[in-house]
Amino acid sequence: MSETMTGAQIVLKALQDQGVEHIFGYPGGAVLPIYDEIFQQDAVEHILVRHEQGATHAAEGYARSTGKPGVVLVTSGPGATNAVTGLTDALMDSIPMVCITGQVATHLIGNDAFQEADTVGITRPCTKHNYLVKSADDLPRILHEAFHVATTGRPGPVVVDIPKDVQFAEAKYMRPTAVQHKTYKPQLKGDIEAIYTAVDLISKAKKPVFYTGGGVINSGPQASQLLREFVKLTGFPITSTLMGLGAFPSADPQWLGMLGMHGTYEANLAMHDCDVMINIGARFDDRITGRLDAFSPNSKKIHIDIDPSSINKNVAVDVPIVGDVAHVLEDMLRVWKSRAAEPDKKALADWWAEIETWRGRKCLAYRKDDKAIKPQYAVERLYELTKGPNTYITTEVGQHQMWAAQYYRFEEPNRWMTSGGLGTMGYGIPAAVGVQVAHPDALVIDIAGEASVLMTMQEISTAVQYRLPVKIFILNNEYMGMVRQWQELLHGGRYSSSYSEALPDFVKLAEAYGATGIRAEKPDELDDAIRKMMKTKGPVIFDCIVTKDENCFPMIPSGAAHNDMLLADDQGLDVEVSDAGKAMV
Amino acid sequence: MTTQDQINTHTISVLVDNEAGVLARVIGLFSGRGYNIDSLTVAEVDDGAHTSRITVVTTGTPMVIEQIKAQLGRLVPVHRVVDLTVETDSVERELALIKVSGKGEARVEALRMSEAFRARVVDATPDSFVFELTGRTEKIDAFIGLMRPLGLKEVSRTGVAAIARGAEAM
Ligand SMILES: Cc1ncc(C[n+]2csc(CCOP(=O)(O)OP(=O)(O)O)c2C)c(N)n1
Ligand SMILES: [Mg+2]
Repeated sequence: MSETMTGAQIVLKALQDQGVEHIFGYPGGAVLPIYDEIFQQDAVEHILVRHEQGATHAAEGYARSTGKPGVVLVTSGPGATNAVTGLTDALMDSIPMVCITGQVATHLIGNDAFQEADTVGITRPCTKHNYLVKSADDLPRILHEAFHVATTGRPGPVVVDIPKDVQFAEAKYMRPTAVQHKTYKPQLKGDIEAIYTAVDLISKAKKPVFYTGGGVINSGPQASQLLREFVKLTGFPITSTLMGLGAFPSADPQWLGMLGMHGTYEANLAMHDCDVMINIGARFDDRITGRLDAFSPNSKKIHIDIDPSSINKNVAVDVPIVGDVAHVLEDMLRVWKSRAAEPDKKALADWWAEIETWRGRKCLAYRKDDKAIKPQYAVERLYELTKGPNTYITTEVGQHQMWAAQYYRFEEPNRWMTSGGLGTMGYGIPAAVGVQVAHPDALVIDIAGEASVLMTMQEISTAVQYRLPVKIFILNNEYMGMVRQWQELLHGGRYSSSYSEALPDFVKLAEAYGATGIRAEKPDELDDAIRKMMKTKGPVIFDCIVTKDENCFPMIPSGAAHNDMLLADDQGLDVEVSDAGKAMV
Repeated sequence: MTTQDQINTHTISVLVDNEAGVLARVIGLFSGRGYNIDSLTVAEVDDGAHTSRITVVTTGTPMVIEQIKAQLGRLVPVHRVVDLTVETDSVERELALIKVSGKGEARVEALRMSEAFRARVVDATPDSFVFELTGRTEKIDAFIGLMRPLGLKEVSRTGVAAIARGAEAM
């Protein structure tokens, strides 16, 4: 017999049955019945954030570092609208999230009631799916369905909007069941014929490259294992997008580094010159392809993606395979082994020789400075002193994010949390909070910019409240550095509104929050300061004063091709950028 | 121009669960991603199963049309997406109500034309007609074109309803 309970009780029961242990939220009038139920149980711990955007990013950090869905609870109106940025972020980066929003009572909907917003209307384009629950009878089914939709197929955020009267109304609870959804049936297994064709192409390739992305991480740790095995078997070079870092170990000699706008010279040239490209769980985003009509002109392209709409969206491919990365790789490996397929070793040796000459350019080298801390040096030292399997890195958005991707190195999946698709400044602190909630004993560091952190700085208060010892490592260049770099490149060095004026004293700010502040200004004090940060038990804001005018290289200017990269030793940034390029973001 | 750049018109049928907001999802997808809607019709087609059929006439390059279909297929309440233009031979019909007013020669000519097009007169006053016309979009366009100099006042069209020929269901 199924029990009768109130809508609010159903919410908590469903969360428990879905295995949810933590939710990130902020109360308000339209969710008080649910908060009342939270108060009366222990199975689900609620983390009170300081802004609903923080709840969404915390849920993203939680999800990305565990593979489990992140859960958010916010009130109606402003609570829901504040969550929109994080929902959009999760949609762009395919992060599983269930966001429960309160809504005004059903009879008030449409009347411009106090704190009413058309939440399903507003969030329709920024969620994978959303629901307005009009009756408590529908609530159990919708909640379970929300988790199913959020976590399967291409993961994404799902909003469940629950009017306050529905939270009070009584209905029968239903446990999650294994019934198939009427319409939603993501495809997991790839088409075997396409896999045969792909294996054939791969075994004949002379200049192959693996181009991997966030899909490998989303597919779970097994996908990373299978990827490693396949890459080893073939001996091919491998690169990854920003979102895919960690799926393949960066210490491996076959690793070319990240590709794309700020990717390595060798990765981008390998992409440009390859004859067979094996895209696994990446989506030919514009940060990756650069100028589309010059993108990898001579390659046959294999594309494995769970989302059929990612296939042939930006780049036409030769062998599309719709399916989950782990499932497809498993089949591919099986076919590869059963056919006793071999790569073309001779051609591969020539290809590697060519790649080695590109590597020889040492595109990530930079001029050291013994008086001031270079941001690249700061990340290198941070990496050396903090690396390990129990270290998790989040970032904000800007130059520091790219330096983190270039100079911090990842050996395992789920250790790297960054806002890739949306590029949301303010992501890093709340994401770190979410990661730390999931991994209380881990070292969680937000590699940050001084401008970005001010967008969600209040979440330090959350970290202090819940004793989450996150470390906020600010590369303080007193500029919105990435904006300044583009202004230098495209707008004649007119630094319109990109100087970080009137900055707070971050050390005092940390202290005001009840956290610890640390500052380093000289290269020779950096290591000790980082060690001190690691030894500090609670949250730390680390103000790392770095050189102000550093640019982030290599760089493919927007609208340029992969073989038109700018390197650090090129003379400054004086390149011609086409009008079409200037119009791009 | 290669076939890859060629812009073609496609009629796409989408079978959806008839739940609140489903039409908004489809329309939002088209406007959000910058796809064209030339015409759109929607109505419940199975009240037992609560399914509605949406027929969209859209234009785009082959790659864009493929995208539109994939994006539609990704919406959670969508059962099926069929491109009637490429996957099958189909019948397409539109219904239009067309108001024409005038006297004398023009009025006689309008009525004569309506007979040639097999339009029905569904309303008449001493100086106006409302014609009802069914047919392919081009036929309706042609009739409206002919009515223009004869006192065309107002047009109301349903947009295209379409179905595949033969015994198979979508
Ligand atoms: C919410 C938001 N607003 C604006 C931008 C545009 N933007 C991208 S990078 C950047 C500057 C970031 O400055 P900072 O955090 O100091 O990082 P830096 O580039 O200096 O390392 C800005 C304003 C953005 N990405 N996100
Ligand atoms: Mg900065």
